[in-house]
Amino acid sequence: MAFDKFWAWFHRMGSPKWFYEISGRWIPWFATATIVLLTVGAVWSLAFAPQDYQQGNSFRIIYIHVPAAILAQSIFFSMALCGAIGLIWKMKVADMVAKSCAPIGASMTFIALFTGAVWGKPTWGAWWVWDARLTSMLILLFLYFGVIALQSAFDSKQSAARASAILSLVGVVNIPIIKYSVEWWNTLHQPATFKLTEKPAMPMEMWLPLLIMVIGFYCFFATVLMMRTRNEILEREKRTQWVQGLLSK
Amino acid sequence: MYFDSFSEFLNMGGHGLYVWLAYGLTILLLVINFILPIRHKRKLQQEQARKLRREQQSQ
Repeated sequence: MAFDKFWAWFHRMGSPKWFYEISGRWIPWFATATIVLLTVGAVWSLAFAPQDYQQGNSFRIIYIHVPAAILAQSIFFSMALCGAIGLIWKMKVADMVAKSCAPIGASMTFIALFTGAVWGKPTWGAWWVWDARLTSMLILLFLYFGVIALQSAFDSKQSAARASAILSLVGVVNIPIIKYSVEWWNTLHQPATFKLTEKPAMPMEMWLPLLIMVIGFYCFFATVLMMRTRNEILEREKRTQWVQGLLSK
Repeated sequence: MYFDSFSEFLNMGGHGLYVWLAYGLTILLLVINFILPIRHKRKLQQEQARKLRREQQSQ
């Protein structure tokens, strides 16, 4: 019974019109949550969280570096997943979501690399080192660039979606490499801040604002992803009557 | 507040440049990511309006 309901939901998700309507209702909520969480999180992490006893105040960069790095990886995973759904079930909405993921994920990867470099300078004494964590993140950025380039390299939207999905699925190999790079190889990079199975090693007044920032970044991703996917729908379905009706308003 | 004064808050114990540079670029990129789809949608609407006008003129 529950399974039937799931498939009914899955098929409705495949309808661009249904996606457009439901995401239009969700966007204001996600956008509000994003603004509230990121504002509270940023003020807390910049002005109220205690400094690190070793790193001093440069430690505050963690509150954007870690959320951006988490998002960079989960967005790539979502992009590959949607690409696979588009490949297997020929679901147009999944292709459009996958395409919309790429620029947001590339931005997150760039933020993670940039804030990491700026944090590395006072902490390690170097902007950049060629170690496994940093190099695999740089590869992630190039994978995003590859997907973005492929999306615009084809005249047919279907071929573009198929090629990007295949590149994303191959590129997913890089995600566990990023995750375990700090354990497999010697590195300057510190190990993971959050683990699902353990309590954080930081005191609560340090990790609570970080958790708020992570949730805020996820809400930001959801908001922008829906906005971008809606534009994709408008573009690809512009010959249908319901889109023409919407656009001429 | 963790800091004693506003100038200490800006200075971040000597790490001000790094902290504000990291936060500044992040805010900039987030805002750009937010504005781009809004502008794109406006462009799509304008194109559609132009197309409708053309169709009406040709009738």
